[in-house]
Amino acid sequence: MAGQSDPHISLFSAQEVEFMAEDELIEIVPNMRMDSLNFICGDFGPFLPQIATEVPLWLAIALKKRGKCTIRPPQWMSIENLTRILEGERDSQGAFQALPFHYVEISTLLFDHARDDIPDMYMVRSLVEDIRDVRVHKVETSLEKFSGTSAVKIPNLSAMEVNIIRPFVGRALQAFYKHDNPEKIPDVDRASSGQTRVPNNEPREDMSEGGKIVPWMIIYSKNIQLDQASKVIFLLYSGL
Amino acid sequence: MASGSEEWSAAQIDDYETLVSTTDVELLKRAWRNEKAAPEILPFEEALVKRAKEQIQLMEETVDDFAESGHDPLIASLYQMDLDRAQFLLRSYLRVRLQKIEKFMFYIWKSDTHRNRLSKEEEKFTERCIRDIGKHLEETVLSKLADNYQSLLKQSIISEEDDMVPEPQLDTFVVAKCQRAMRPLYLDGSRQSASFDRDDHFQMVPGDLCILHYRPFQEELMSGNISLV
Repeated sequence: MAGQSDPHISLFSAQEVEFMAEDELIEIVPNMRMDSLNFICGDFGPFLPQIATEVPLWLAIALKKRGKCTIRPPQWMSIENLTRILEGERDSQGAFQALPFHYVEISTLLFDHARDDIPDMYMVRSLVEDIRDVRVHKVETSLEKFSGTSAVKIPNLSAMEVNIIRPFVGRALQAFYKHDNPEKIPDVDRASSGQTRVPNNEPREDMSEGGKIVPWMIIYSKNIQLDQASKVIFLLYSGL
Repeated sequence: MASGSEEWSAAQIDDYETLVSTTDVELLKRAWRNEKAAPEILPFEEALVKRAKEQIQLMEETVDDFAESGHDPLIASLYQMDLDRAQFLLRSYLRVRLQKIEKFMFYIWKSDTHRNRLSKEEEKFTERCIRDIGKHLEETVLSKLADNYQSLLKQSIISEEDDMVPEPQLDTFVVAKCQRAMRPLYLDGSRQSASFDRDDHFQMVPGDLCILHYRPFQEELMSGNISLV
């Protein structure tokens, strides 16, 4: 039923994310002739045999299921490109490699329905899975490095990954914000006295003096410092 | 467009092209996503919904004609799929709004800004909802409580404000993508620099993906500069 996803688990259900991904354009090579289609979402066609056209993914899958076309895998899904991206992900501890926003959904749909159109399908599939694993692991480890922030920039994250981390990150940042705000009032004192809290346990990882730059995330903060113990408490408080 | 393009700035041309090339389905999808992700109810997209409804009705008639006239069933089924997708978006958009209204109905009714964001049907719905819920609560619970505690909106007569009314949580964090260039925004919501040395100003370029505190970015969302993901 429309509008039924449970907001406590995640804002959008996996099917809804796939629904949004299905509007992405992809190239197909039809093997039959068909007139133009005038859909609500746009006009496509006319379809001539062996002439490549761009259609939305849902239409491509529908035509493929009925045996009316072959799908051309998108440029980014070649083995060389994926190997390069995988190495990039493994090397750079900080940043995410540039991938299409819906790469997970597009690749899953193509593997399910257009198996024979992808050269070396097993290789491509294992590469995509490896890339997914590395990225998810990266997101998880970087989430430990949060401190009190007001905004976090994450370039190149994909739709499925955003959907997975959304509940946690939302609650965690909200908890930080709630705790930050009572401390906002004595602002003048904080600015003049510099560091008001000294960590009494192991040195913090990675935090530079003024701005806090975690490699892949550019964090805009209001100079709130937290020691490790309170960070753990916040994580527990935010329900994990 | 070529002849008049000297008089238009680059931003205007960009806007025009986006306007022309963005279909109603695309706009409806964006409105649906924004509505789902935002903690409060957003202004109702009256023109968009009306256009979408007309297009859907037209398409329904076309598909019925196809079915009757025995047209190629493949094409008929493709049109039906497109119709289903558009209908899903429209229905989900309206349902999400109704869910939000049900959650925050007293608050929306009280505050004028929020009330103006509803469509006429939604206003009627809110009114009936409030009446029914009010009546139900009074009959089952409130009339049996002690005299000072019988109000629907306040905990007791001595409460200064309506503290039984849930308010939307504007302090949540949302994931947003920047659509158009925007002016830099200071993180506590102000636009001017109150002191000299503000290094916490925040600027997004089109295409950026960020996790943001919702409250300072309300205006940007309503003006279409950012969209929620």
